Amino acid sequence: MAMHKISVTVNGTAHSAEVESRLLLVHFLREALRLTGTHIGCDTSHCGACTVLLDDAPVKSCTVLAVQADGAKVRTVEGLEQGGKLHPVQEGFTEKHGLQCGYCTPGMMMTSVALLERNGNPSEQEIRQAIAGNLCRCTGYVNIVKAVQYAAEKMR
Amino acid sequence: MIPAAFDYHRPGSVDEAVALLARYGDDAKVLSGGMSLLPVLKLRLGAFGHLIDIGRIPGLEYVKEDGGFLRIGAGTRQATLERNELVRARCQVLADAIPLIADPLVRNRGTIGGNVANGDPGNDQPAIMLALGATLVARGSKGERSIAANQFYKGVYTTALAADEILTEIRIPVPSARSGGAYVKLKRKVGDFAAAAAAVQLTLDAKGAVERAAIALTNAGPTPIDASDAAGSLVGKVPDEKAIAEAAKLAAAKTSPVADRRGSVEYKREMARVMVTRALRKALERAGGR
Repeated sequence: MAMHKISVTVNGTAHSAEVESRLLLVHFLREALRLTGTHIGCDTSHCGACTVLLDDAPVKSCTVLAVQADGAKVRTVEGLEQGGKLHPVQEGFTEKHGLQCGYCTPGMMMTSVALLERNGNPSEQEIRQAIAGNLCRCTGYVNIVKAVQYAAEKMR
Repeated sequence: MIPAAFDYHRPGSVDEAVALLARYGDDAKVLSGGMSLLPVLKLRLGAFGHLIDIGRIPGLEYVKEDGGFLRIGAGTRQATLERNELVRARCQVLADAIPLIADPLVRNRGTIGGNVANGDPGNDQPAIMLALGATLVARGSKGERSIAANQFYKGVYTTALAADEILTEIRIPVPSARSGGAYVKLKRKVGDFAAAAAAVQLTLDAKGAVERAAIALTNAGPTPIDASDAAGSLVGKVPDEKAIAEAAKLAAAKTSPVADRRGSVEYKREMARVMVTRALRKALERAGGR
């Protein structure tokens, strides 16, 4: 079995591990690091439930190999809260009911965080385009858009 | 879903990558953004003993204008191209297509080289390469060579690339004045492949007649379809709706789509006609002809 030594900084903490070539980033996060906030949805790179930030860009971690993240900085939903204080995006999803079942929420929030880091004042259209790769079967997206707008205002 | 076991290699240069490909032959596969390859491995539609990751090779990500060409490094990510001013200013057909490829998260990883070299007729950029008359630059054990886009696509997942060759650069001739291009795609939802899509690039003369035209189609056969005969029907004419309709009809006749959940053969052929019609109108408008 082909093993590789990787170093990945996850939510600010450096991790080193020996991983198999075929190990997916989402399995590395959930099983090796026990960061189960990142969900596996469709497992075919459609739904976006597994979205994490890889060097600040949102990606589907079910379609990235753990070895491809070697040397990279990864952020997951667990890293959003700082010092007991929710990230404005987390607060927005709470305040505006941006979720129902919650399955898509970690991925949806990571994509939203990346959007707001690039564009502090996105239009509704820009928000909808940014989350086009994250599927939600409960909300119809209306409250998700409101949640992101809430966070944008809060972050200004 | 977990792919079958493979070994992973991360060469530091194109030469190293070529040497690995030469060593492992058909048992090796180039990994770029991985947006097509990893799903194939996970679904076990394919398996390779060795993945050669070219994603960290320095010098494969660039967009520049040089000697009348737009030169794009094969490792350039779709998201980078989507935000690139040069692409927007010089290559409307490509700028049209990028936001229609997969979804924003996939575009953060996927590369133009992967899209072009993968050989999947569902990929959007191969038809654009045909319409633009692009040159594809490859490096292999025997050195570098240039392949015309219309000589590149041989069949489903089969291209002119040898087992030890890597696509390194895409060269697009910068369109002259009075040129316009457009890409129009019909898909069921974000992330879907095209039910039908058309790439058009044309140049008008000083009188507004078509001097050069190219039409190519996505997902309408085993390879991207080069409908140059249809495009040729426009040359010398100041195109009116009748000429556009005739060219679109000729282009649709060149397609050989397969029926699937996106529609029947008849539906897809009809939609190909509609996409060509719309792309022609848009390209003409951009060229200043209407």
